[in-house]
Amino acid sequence: MAIGKPMKIRAQLKGDEVEVKALMSHEMETGQRKGSDGNLVPAWFIQEVTATNNGKTVLQANWSQSVSKNPFLSFSFKGGKAGDKVVVSWKDNKGDTRMDEVTVA
Amino acid sequence: MNNERRSVLKASGSLAVLGLAVAAGLIKPSPAYASTVWNESAFKAKSMDELMKAFGGNMPIESKDITVIAPDIAENGAVVPVGAESKLGKTTEVSLLVSNNPSILSAQFMIPDGTDAKVNTRVKMGKSSDVYALVKADGKFYFAKKEVKVTLGGCGG
Repeated sequence: MAIGKPMKIRAQLKGDEVEVKALMSHEMETGQRKGSDGNLVPAWFIQEVTATNNGKTVLQANWSQSVSKNPFLSFSFKGGKAGDKVVVSWKDNKGDTRMDEVTVA
Repeated sequence: MNNERRSVLKASGSLAVLGLAVAAGLIKPSPAYASTVWNESAFKAKSMDELMKAFGGNMPIESKDITVIAPDIAENGAVVPVGAESKLGKTTEVSLLVSNNPSILSAQFMIPDGTDAKVNTRVKMGKSSDVYALVKADGKFYFAKKEVKVTLGGCGG
């Protein structure tokens, strides 16, 4: 589905918290780098990230072009349990989106 | 081609459904929800002054309850693992700033109730710089900083 390669997401129950680690596939072009033709490569980067657990928002983020290529993100939340569905979605500055999900283990 | 178009529509469709669910009150938005819009002037800010104007907050106060998670020396400025943890009560936002980058704000995280005020990601650093964690807690801004030396810049062309 959607743009690019699937994210690699892991959601693991650790004590009373669920630890989420996500690796997204995106160029995260700064707009300040010159390509082989000597012209600036236009900025192209993920701007918004949302993570939900069974539909409830557990994290939202706004990013700049200075987040590294193929962005990594990790965080933890309370109130999750094994079998819950964690969904991570992003939207980039071109309006492209991608959404992937994983089950809490 | 057509197939690709279909799946794009499907994906944006499910995002729209999520939005509708929030609008209909099915999913309770966090108190921080209002500030989740991508704030263009904040992301263009070149100094803390400009950033705080864009955020519409007080100049941040240094706090020992905030930890910047970053290496002392980063060999590759293109991929510097940075994070922040706030032990301040009612932390609703955590932002990561690189003061020597062309625009200082790298990433802004909205922390709903139940989520730890601790996030980790990776950022690009053009050169050695202070990395700031800017935290909004109970409506006020606080910060902590850490110097990161970069051996090889991350914005090379």
